[in-house]
Amino acid sequence: MQRQLFAAMLAALLACACGQQNQGGAQRAPYASTYAPPAAVAVLIQHATVLTGTGSRIDDGDVLIQDHKIAQVGKGIAAPAGAVVVDAKGRWVTPGIIDPHSHLGVYASPEVWAMSDGNEATSPTTPNVWSEHSVWPQDPGFEQARMGGVTSMMILPGSANLIGGRGTLLKNVPATTYQEMKFPGAPQVLKMACGENPKRVYGSEHKFPSTWMGDVAGYREAFAKATEYKAKRDAAKKKGGSAPDRDIGMETLADVLDGKILVEMHCYRADQMATMLDVAQEFKFKISAFHHAVEAYKIGPQLKASDTCAVMWADWWGFKMEAYDGIRENVAMVDAAGACATIHSDDPIGIQRLNQEAGKAMAAGWRAGLDIPRERAIRWITANPAKALGVADRVGTLESGKDGDVVVWSEDPFSVYSHADLVYIDGVQRYDRAHPAAQPESDFKLGILGREEEMQ
Amino acid sequence: MNKSIFALLALLPGIASAGTIAITNAEIHTLGRAGVIAHGTLIIRDHRIDAIGENLPLPQGARVIDAGGKPVTPGLFDAYTSLGIKEIDGVEESDDSAAKKSRYSAALDVTDAFNPRSTLIPVNRVEGLTRAASAPDSASGGSLIAGQGAVISLGSLSEWLVKPKAAMYAQLGETGAKLSGGSRAAAWASLREAFGEVRRAGTPRVNPEHPSQLTAEDIEALRPVLAGEEPLVLYLNRASDILGALKFAEDNGIKLVVRGGAEAWLVAKPLAEHQVPVILDPRLDLPQHFESLAARADAAALLQKAGVLVAFALDDEFSSHNARNVRQLAGNAAAQGLEREAALAAITLNPARIYGVDGTLGSLEPGKIADVVVWDGDPLETTSFPRSVFIDGQEVPAISRQTELRDRYMQRLHLGPYAKQ
Repeated sequence: MQRQLFAAMLAALLACACGQQNQGGAQRAPYASTYAPPAAVAVLIQHATVLTGTGSRIDDGDVLIQDHKIAQVGKGIAAPAGAVVVDAKGRWVTPGIIDPHSHLGVYASPEVWAMSDGNEATSPTTPNVWSEHSVWPQDPGFEQARMGGVTSMMILPGSANLIGGRGTLLKNVPATTYQEMKFPGAPQVLKMACGENPKRVYGSEHKFPSTWMGDVAGYREAFAKATEYKAKRDAAKKKGGSAPDRDIGMETLADVLDGKILVEMHCYRADQMATMLDVAQEFKFKISAFHHAVEAYKIGPQLKASDTCAVMWADWWGFKMEAYDGIRENVAMVDAAGACATIHSDDPIGIQRLNQEAGKAMAAGWRAGLDIPRERAIRWITANPAKALGVADRVGTLESGKDGDVVVWSEDPFSVYSHADLVYIDGVQRYDRAHPAAQPESDFKLGILGREEEMQ
Repeated sequence: MNKSIFALLALLPGIASAGTIAITNAEIHTLGRAGVIAHGTLIIRDHRIDAIGENLPLPQGARVIDAGGKPVTPGLFDAYTSLGIKEIDGVEESDDSAAKKSRYSAALDVTDAFNPRSTLIPVNRVEGLTRAASAPDSASGGSLIAGQGAVISLGSLSEWLVKPKAAMYAQLGETGAKLSGGSRAAAWASLREAFGEVRRAGTPRVNPEHPSQLTAEDIEALRPVLAGEEPLVLYLNRASDILGALKFAEDNGIKLVVRGGAEAWLVAKPLAEHQVPVILDPRLDLPQHFESLAARADAAALLQKAGVLVAFALDDEFSSHNARNVRQLAGNAAAQGLEREAALAAITLNPARIYGVDGTLGSLEPGKIADVVVWDGDPLETTSFPRSVFIDGQEVPAISRQTELRDRYMQRLHLGPYAKQ
């Protein structure tokens, strides 16, 4: 709760800084967001089936977006003067989809060596790297994801390392620099990884770590050092003594210990997640979410107790030993246990249809006898990822005051036939399926794609 | 526990007889000449489809299954998997799909490595997949000629082999170039050399000093391919590579199938003229490689419109574990303009045609093998699921390693229907 308050205050501060920068060119904090949505007229979406992301469904519902924010959600809302009115009769409206685990921009298309910047796999502990510095905003994957209704995505470093570096939340807007996409005020996160990947990457070169116990030793050593660094930093702040020598990596870990940076931890097996909860307890930090979490269904009650989200695929399994126990009901069973259940893509193709992935997970739950209405399942790709990423106060639901990130679907979004018709990000229309020619297109795609007139 | 043992026993041939089954009140997607029968009955007798139609009299003693107006389709058929030859990708000793360091290439035959007890088989079977091509794959290393695949059944521990040597598989394009030393030209030279050796086999070599790239076993395995009897499935994506393959196939009398096919839509007409089918993953719409810059979401619809026979398979690392998702591929192709029956054909009849087993499989027609799925909704929707799956006229149990894991933890954690919040 305190963290949320802090995030909100930080957001307000940064938003102010942005405004100043845009208006007067005042000094901007390094790497700060320069994203500011352009002016947009109010939009009233009428007569839709609205899944609010709060767990409610409104039939024949309206959503009003004004001044970049959700202004009103309900029935029979009057259109303000000058508003664009969208008749969405027969269509569905949801909050913008949030992917809590993507490598767009850092493992971009085309998947060539030059564009593979997601893993600094030269040392198992690299809290000093930031994924945002690797992001290539021209990755064509961004616009394809937008066509699938994705309005924000967390860009994480890969999982080669025990501590892989900072991840950054982006708004899915067309941009030339990553700073123009950076979600203003969102907390940064730290990517960490359990299990097979780190021990394979380093163990295969006969380097540390080569075992799971080696992995655990690696986290503990890093956080033991960070604890000392933080103590020195705190003491210097309090008493005005000498600050520790600047250490970019230790700054990240000390911010984790201060609760400013959220931990997003790649972990498959139930027992390994439980071990990591103990590591977090030892060093007094919190794991915000376990990612991939293929066995989360085995420990739902524990995840609930530790207030840790599980970020899962709908059905990936079996591609490595630690993924052998994956089941289709994972998401639904975590949800049924009362824990925070979330679906991610981790994939440039999967991110385009997270709605279908949620549909698969929902239907698997039905077959297991769980009662999961659509208004609940939509939370797996909206409100719950927002919670896992520390931005639940900003996005993930259609509530007045939240960011105007809204998708109008051609039909039930859980249907394979459903398309995102309209995508709004901060109240600005960023995609319209009826006018594909007007869609922003990555520089990369210009002049190299085959066109229909070239068909042989 | 007893139930699952019984169910497994039922799978063993000879223990349970298929008997006579009548599926009534069904929306039957025959994929045959009868098209869609809105309210029909399908009768299975002794492993075969006996009759299909409206208002059929029910045979005496038949087990009657009321489909409740829901769809009934042929069993799903995945045109490209490594089912039965790969358990876990990351566990090398459980993965026989690629022979990276072998001296053999074309001689490699998946039937030698096939394990009908693979846990992947029930996992996919309970979701309606009844037949598949199980194929070797050298994308990760080895020879550009990966070896021979087979059509397999997911319904039997003993009679799983439907058609051995159903196709020869090879890599061209970017991966073929990499496997051949670094250029497409080297890959084609290597492939030409291989078929040249088959043609010359038995005659003295032009240059006896030059070591053969093929063993005698490989040469034998390639003979039916050169004779045009066994199809050659080439993994290709770039339009120019596909045109090169068409010419190669024509020059050598080879029956060609294109797998991958990201840019196949650009050369749809020549593909249709040469009657070359394409095995496609219609989800792949990004320029993920320089050989697939023109990938697009409606490729299947464009190919179909041009008259190309299209089948679907996952073109990623989940082609075996999640072969069950072929219907999501079909659903996405349908959402991008492919007619729904054509999308269904791409995961039933068309793979059967590609591998030459459409005489007995792939559609619901009297006399064909009774691979039948009764669905609880539109089979192309990911929210739908089979109510019953029949392979060879026998109902398969709704049990897999995954359902057992689910049931164990549902019970252990007392997870039941939760209160609405």
